[in-house]
Amino acid sequence: MATATTEIKVTPEIAAEHGLTAEEYSRVKQILGREPNITELGIFSVMWSEHCSYKSSKVHLKRLPTRGKLVVQGPGENAGVVDIGDGLVAAFKIESHNHPSFVEPFQGATTGVGGILRDIFTMGARPVAVLDSLRFGPIVAGNGVSEEDAAKNRRILDGVIRGIANYGNCFGVPTVGGEVGFESCYSQNPLVNALALGIAKKEDLFFAKAKGTGNPVIYVGAKTGRDGIHGASLLASAEFTEESKQKRPNVQVGDPFMEKLLLEACLEAMQTGAVVAIQDMGAAGLTCSTTEMASRGGTGVEIDLAKVPQRESGMTPYEIMLSESQERMLLVAEKGRERKVLEVFKKWGLDAVVVGEVSDGGLLRVKDRGKLAAEIPAHPLAEEGPVYRRPIAQPALRRETAADWFAFSADGTDLTPNFAKLLGSPAIASKRWITEQYDTSVRTNTLAGPGASDAAVIRIKDPETGVVKRALALATDGNGRWCQLNPRVGAMHAVAEAARNVAASGARPMAATNCLNFGSPEKPEVMWQFSEVIDGLTVACNELGTPITGGNVSFYNETLGKSIYPTPVIGVLGILEDASRVLKIAFREEGDVIVLLDGANSVVAAQHAAPVPAAEREFSSSEYSKAIAGIVAGEPPAIDLAVEKRLQEYLVALAASGAVRSAHDVSDGGIAVTLAESCFAAAAQTTGPGLGAKVNLPEESAPAEYALFGERGARAIVSVAPTFLARVLESARQYGVTARQIGQVIRGDAFRIEHKGSAVIDTSVAKLHDTWAHSLERTISAR
Amino acid sequence: MKFGVVVFPGSNCDHDAFYAIANILKKPVEFIWHQSQDLANCDAVILPGGFAHGDYLRTGAIARFSPVMKSVEKFAKSGGMVLGICNGFQILLEAGLLPGAVMRNSGLRYICRHVFIRVEQTDAPFTNAASQGQILKVPIAHNDGNYNADEATLADLERNRQILFSYTTPDGANDAAGNPNGSLHNIAGICNRERNVAGLMPHPERAVESALGSADGLVIFQSLVESLVTAAKATA
Repeated sequence: MATATTEIKVTPEIAAEHGLTAEEYSRVKQILGREPNITELGIFSVMWSEHCSYKSSKVHLKRLPTRGKLVVQGPGENAGVVDIGDGLVAAFKIESHNHPSFVEPFQGATTGVGGILRDIFTMGARPVAVLDSLRFGPIVAGNGVSEEDAAKNRRILDGVIRGIANYGNCFGVPTVGGEVGFESCYSQNPLVNALALGIAKKEDLFFAKAKGTGNPVIYVGAKTGRDGIHGASLLASAEFTEESKQKRPNVQVGDPFMEKLLLEACLEAMQTGAVVAIQDMGAAGLTCSTTEMASRGGTGVEIDLAKVPQRESGMTPYEIMLSESQERMLLVAEKGRERKVLEVFKKWGLDAVVVGEVSDGGLLRVKDRGKLAAEIPAHPLAEEGPVYRRPIAQPALRRETAADWFAFSADGTDLTPNFAKLLGSPAIASKRWITEQYDTSVRTNTLAGPGASDAAVIRIKDPETGVVKRALALATDGNGRWCQLNPRVGAMHAVAEAARNVAASGARPMAATNCLNFGSPEKPEVMWQFSEVIDGLTVACNELGTPITGGNVSFYNETLGKSIYPTPVIGVLGILEDASRVLKIAFREEGDVIVLLDGANSVVAAQHAAPVPAAEREFSSSEYSKAIAGIVAGEPPAIDLAVEKRLQEYLVALAASGAVRSAHDVSDGGIAVTLAESCFAAAAQTTGPGLGAKVNLPEESAPAEYALFGERGARAIVSVAPTFLARVLESARQYGVTARQIGQVIRGDAFRIEHKGSAVIDTSVAKLHDTWAHSLERTISAR
Repeated sequence: MKFGVVVFPGSNCDHDAFYAIANILKKPVEFIWHQSQDLANCDAVILPGGFAHGDYLRTGAIARFSPVMKSVEKFAKSGGMVLGICNGFQILLEAGLLPGAVMRNSGLRYICRHVFIRVEQTDAPFTNAASQGQILKVPIAHNDGNYNADEATLADLERNRQILFSYTTPDGANDAAGNPNGSLHNIAGICNRERNVAGLMPHPERAVESALGSADGLVIFQSLVESLVTAAKATA
């Protein structure tokens, strides 16, 4: 294919090789009114690939709520945009780079970060933060995982981490959060989802709409090479087989330095007032950027490939149009003022060349040294691609009996050893070894970096005066295991937890972005999962007031016919009206009262002492069940969004009032892990003796393991100065939140949890900390 | 009094240094483009952190040839105050304005975290507002911060009291436990023999507000301001 020239005659077989079905191919002919040439076929094949056209997901995505008071721009542009007050807006979006990251972890991850950053500054926003949601196969051998596979997964993890670090650190954006998860299903198919956030003045926003006949179209940035040809269509739109390694040349190579220059030059060029529209060249490169700009603007675009800066000689129109070389931009300038724009790029040492112009008639017209290489109506190419309502079938119910479920230990069992094991498991263990490889503090806005608060918190400096008033909080979440067990409920949990994390930092959740990672859409069971997840997201986003403003869908996450768990990753953005009121997870003072907040009112909370069989079923989907017993079964905890909403609103109010000293939501690993992390974070704050905790759990009738490690949502643990306690308990009542004193922050190293009158965990913070803090590093370096 | 912050292609802590000076110290500051040879009458020049020219060769190896470096060199030779932070330090080393070199971190990974550094000398314009032995909590963020020099150079640095900052544990021990990157003698920052040019790997400009985790870096900028005030008085 790489040697294709315009002389190759297109046959149905060649169309099939390009991934076009017979029906799609006849549609191509219908739109053109003739046979396509090979370049045109290539253009259609990338534009109509799953990755670019959303042909299998479109009918479902329509159900997502995308509107809201604060939403300035919903899905359909390079990024979603929300109003953050004082004339400023935040642009944010999450995107996957899963397939490239498996084939070539380092470059796959770098270009994933590079792509999402371009999406942000294309809108005229300066990137201020990146988060990464990552999933890998098991990195520890055992439980059916061979050492060879574990080692391979460690190598993938290492490459991905280095890639993310390499790009973000050099570009100069802090990588401040995200999550890392491990499940067998990601062994041959890691997930690398990168989220970027940028800030702009509302009046300075840019859109990708080609306007003004005769306006010059300018190509900017890196030269075009043969790398990444068909990255979107071949790599991201098909599952993996044994031959996937041969796809390595389809992975693009990232150059963060070039992107940094591009960022500065683009923002400066936009300030000249001579830029009409701008679009980055990501998936499907020059093809996608020209087509989409023309289609959105209701115009045509005409370009001459001879003018496109090229890295190598002898490239065919097919190759130039389909190249996915990174760090390139296409912009439309105002005719007669293009010199101003070109000068800016020259100053930054970047190639900037007028390659064509905006035309009327709605055609994408590609010339190569005077010869017509392609001529396609832009709007049908961009918008009238195939749309599939693929078959949906609920998979057969898992046959499950009580024997499959987690069996609780007898009352009074010492749970300390299991707790230590849980803290050392890769999913729960500290990710500091990873996050220390990221520059987390560049741009001096990071109020809460990785692990400091439940969400990453970035303050907003006024672009002109530097004055700080508000802050933005961001969190990502997505529990693939829960979505596998119940896609709809799992998806609701993903939204609820990301929003709860944001609220626990003190910020009011305002909008969301989603990255939907699934198996092959050609499988009815996968489409069922997808549809269920969309329904779950819809309900949860509506209820929690976080409309979806953008994101992407990644299908074909399967290898050798086996799909990953359905993994929707949700990023929630929130706003903190007072940047000085950030809530962090660390306990702060000896003698503070530890209070468990529960969105459920006391009646429900009492019922929550669920009958043992139901508790076993729910608990079998927990991190503890997986880490300690190797059991993944049952159902995710039931979710009540009204209850979630109450808790979140209360957390935001608590932050604003300054009544609590710390806040940390209860999630993976339950209350015990939440408490331990608040102690660990306290230790990181001081060089002297740290803080411990003494707790007596109230859930009297539930088994101890359920009370300590259960993961039911809508809960958080706060620490409160004794003088504020009465106030907190009273205001909790007003918000309909159950607040119960469960213990005290103590000076020293003791960590003790009692249940039903006996100590079920009794150890020292230092011992627990050692396992938790160093487990990941020890696992990775013990080869 | 005016500060200048040089912008190389790939500098990414230029805004942070600018912000620290303009918004925290509230002193005049302007950016100086790397192709300019005009230092705009600045009284002190800061070479900021980042990845100048991508650092695809040795760190700072290309940036040192930027036109602005000719002026910086002249400025330094005439006694002007120059501070290199992180990548700026690496550029000063490459330019020969400071002795020694930095290598890849001993752990072969990029490290970003708060570290503790001890102020070793207070008779330099970069440290005179600090107290001898003061421990500062400041972040590092680098791949190549492993300071290295031959024995003779190290001996010179010690003899001439050019080591301004060394890595320590939180309680002030400058042993291996406090050394994040393998630097010889735990060196975090040095000055030239004339004491008007200094460089350090940690980022004091990221430690000027307690909201960001530490305000300990402020003392370095305050020292500079005081030195400039004193110098201005001397010439007045």
